Amino acid sequence: MKPSGRRLRSLLLVVGLSMFALTGCNSAKYMPVLSPQGPVARSEYYLIIWSFALMLVVVLGVFVIYFYMLVKYRARPENKDYVPPEIEGNSRWETIWTLIPVIIVIALAIPTVAVTYKLVKPPKADAATGSTATAGASSNPIVIDVISERWKWVFKYPAQGIETVNYVNIPAGQPVDFELTSDGPMNTFWVPALGGMEFNMPGHDLKLWLEADHAGTYQGRSAQYSGRGFAAMTFDVNAQSPAAFTKWVQTIKQTKPPLTKQADKQLSTPGNVGKMAFSTAEPQ
Amino acid sequence: MHFFMLDEGPLIWTSDVLIILATIGIIAVLSYFKLWKWLWDNWLTTVDHKKIGIMYLIAAILMLFRGGTDGLLLRAQLSWPNMHFLNADHYDQIFTTHGTIMILFMAMPAIIGFFNVAVPLQIGCRDVAFPYLNAISFWLFFAAAMLFNLSFVVGGSPDGGWTSYTPYVENAFDPGPGENYFLVALQITGIGTIATGVNFLVTILRMRAPGMTLMRMPMFTWSVFITSIIIVFAFPVLTVALALLLIDRDFGSHFFTVSAGGMPMQYVNLFWIWGHPEVYIVILPAFGIFSEVFSTFSRKRLFGYSAMVVSMVAIAILSFVVWVHHFFTMGAGPGVNSFFGVSTMAIAIPTGVKVFNWLFTMHKGRLEYTTAMLWAVGFIPNFLIGGLTGVMLAVPPADYQYHNSYFLVSHFHYVLIGGTVFGVFAALYYWWPKMFGVLLNERLGKWHFWLFMIGFNICFFPMYFLGFMGMTRRVYTYPAGYGWGVINLIETFGALLMGIGFLVFAFNILWSARYGERDTTGDPWDARTLEWATTSPAPTYNFARIPEIKGRDAWWLMKKNGESINGPKDIPFEPIHMPNDSGRPIIMSLFFFIAGAGFVFEWWILAIIGLAGVLVTMALRSFEYDDHHYIPVEEIEKTEAAAGRL
Ligand SMILES: [Cu+2]
Repeated sequence: MKPSGRRLRSLLLVVGLSMFALTGCNSAKYMPVLSPQGPVARSEYYLIIWSFALMLVVVLGVFVIYFYMLVKYRARPENKDYVPPEIEGNSRWETIWTLIPVIIVIALAIPTVAVTYKLVKPPKADAATGSTATAGASSNPIVIDVISERWKWVFKYPAQGIETVNYVNIPAGQPVDFELTSDGPMNTFWVPALGGMEFNMPGHDLKLWLEADHAGTYQGRSAQYSGRGFAAMTFDVNAQSPAAFTKWVQTIKQTKPPLTKQADKQLSTPGNVGKMAFSTAEPQ
Repeated sequence: MHFFMLDEGPLIWTSDVLIILATIGIIAVLSYFKLWKWLWDNWLTTVDHKKIGIMYLIAAILMLFRGGTDGLLLRAQLSWPNMHFLNADHYDQIFTTHGTIMILFMAMPAIIGFFNVAVPLQIGCRDVAFPYLNAISFWLFFAAAMLFNLSFVVGGSPDGGWTSYTPYVENAFDPGPGENYFLVALQITGIGTIATGVNFLVTILRMRAPGMTLMRMPMFTWSVFITSIIIVFAFPVLTVALALLLIDRDFGSHFFTVSAGGMPMQYVNLFWIWGHPEVYIVILPAFGIFSEVFSTFSRKRLFGYSAMVVSMVAIAILSFVVWVHHFFTMGAGPGVNSFFGVSTMAIAIPTGVKVFNWLFTMHKGRLEYTTAMLWAVGFIPNFLIGGLTGVMLAVPPADYQYHNSYFLVSHFHYVLIGGTVFGVFAALYYWWPKMFGVLLNERLGKWHFWLFMIGFNICFFPMYFLGFMGMTRRVYTYPAGYGWGVINLIETFGALLMGIGFLVFAFNILWSARYGERDTTGDPWDARTLEWATTSPAPTYNFARIPEIKGRDAWWLMKKNGESINGPKDIPFEPIHMPNDSGRPIIMSLFFFIAGAGFVFEWWILAIIGLAGVLVTMALRSFEYDDHHYIPVEEIEKTEAAAGRL
């Protein structure tokens, strides 16, 4: 048997290279998680990068020792009668490799806890945002109720009094308080470019803060399987300048039909539907 | 007729035909060679732990085939945008059965199979503490596996995912028998697993050969000991969760229905209080296996034995306080999420200690790359990637982005395949001669390893990127334009390589049975622990005389000191007390199967017949007084003489 070290190494080289090739398409369209478009996604992104860096250090360290052992101590024909020493252990070395992971875990745990607490509060446009469309935007959060139906997304705008289905418009540069619930099985509300997900559960209202830096359209979907129509349960998030958003609300109010009881009932029957909008949020 | 799902299309028809052909084939072969009596006397009624272990492993390999076929079907459907190979319903059923089978009906029987094959031999005893119960455990698992597999062609498979989250799986959203199959089959196999946990706990505590203190036990036995403790604490929680949900579905209660004041979250909590430790139930024994393999093929004793033990205990304790990491996104406060995030990261510490101890077991050794060793060596980088992405997942804010995405799918396949499946393959190549007296072919074994290992990485590594690209698990199809198509196609190719690797393994089994090198020594690897001190395969009584243990790596010590496993020559043998075989465990499990079918289809008469049968078989057992026999001294002498140990 030839030493497996060389083969393993070339394999890892291939894997590593394809990794770099893939990160080439690191754009908001193809890698939304790695190209954050808002403060929430950004703080999550930094944690992802930090944890990845720490893990990379571990991987490299272990791999060096690993390949050294595999190659150096393989049984060669010339050392046929070599008798390996009977070593019990080594408390100094064992202490070292207990302490190293302890340090790494601490280095990861501190920012983790800080960000976990930060994300339950409305996002603040932080220094890392750079200059965005925030100028002129009020920092007053806007509230949008999100109801997952089988298998569609219903968005109610309580202050504006309108309702949309399978797409949601939000003002850019302004924190959005999504109030999530479900009329049926559980789903999760996920807009990777703007931030991580949260569950839609029947009988509960969970809060998810998201914010977009600037105008743009972002893909959203459910990540929690909920049955036959789940795969097509996607929606668009359109971030607009606050002025455009106000105008859009007006247009909806003027051009779209009110939400009838019949339409409301249709939304709660299982099935996928296209995009819809209603000039009222309460069925009449 | 919908009951037999004849309206469901060619996938089901093909399965029907295959099932019928396989059944006819098996019956024909057994009848033609007049093997029914042999099968009944030697296998179906056996209470011998070695044979029970082999039956577990055969079942596990068959289930690996079934679950692997499921996986290939899923990969075929995902290989390109807008595919129409499977429809949503079939896809949902197949990913559910894929996950359930791989965890409960493949990984579990495989590791429990090795408990049976190795533990009593490693601790120098003649059987497990409760051999009859052991047979019941196996047959309960078997009945449950058969019941679960039936679902595909009778009445429909469950489609709620292997986690079966409420409220989706409540009758209102998911009617029909499919989900009941999941609940009932897991319940039945769970009873057997709890019994196994108790059985091995008592075996290891009470039946060790004289001189084998806890700190002299082989590392695999240690891992089984700790795993058994986890089983005993975790599985009852699953039992409760499944029972409550089955009562909801079969009898209309509302433990988990919101509209009537139930709490769906409660199911999720209960499921993962079992589900997270379950991950360690299947990984710790693999750690034990790797410890044996590393030290055997490095020709060195295990580095840092005590640290390995302490690490496993720490992992076992931590495994019970991290379950919330499966639902950071369910609205628990930042305090709860922080606690469970950090406690999850902490598992990396004892795991890291173990990895370094394995690496230093190889230090200054004389490494022999047998196939078993290749699986162990291959385990380290793959499991490392799985474990470290696990740490990344333990960061709650990051998990908000990874949850239920392909990043997660990749992570747990790296841990479960890179850890458990590699461990099972290592153990198969390592203990195969002990089980069958034949070595598996090394050349074919290496083909198996490389095809499977490379295919595995091609299949699962790109999934990390799919996660960043926003692809979520359990979608049966996706539109073009996201850039997911090519990556999925590459993954499907990797899955095919794994499938080919598995076929090489299957061929290896057949080839080796006929032409493989016979193990006449009982110790083909020049190994260190007691199971290698006896014949391959071991005689029914394992050891003619219970050995005296003088240290760790007991057999290695005996070899070095030139001692015989049977001790000094002049002491005469004594008759050996052994339990009688019994047909009752398999009959009892048949009644469990009948009762299970009753609960699945809500046919109460059938359920009552089945349960009554179970009670009657139990009652009959309690009236059985003549349940053991003695192996006479002449027979022992004859066997030992044939093995050259007199
Ligand atoms: Cu877990």
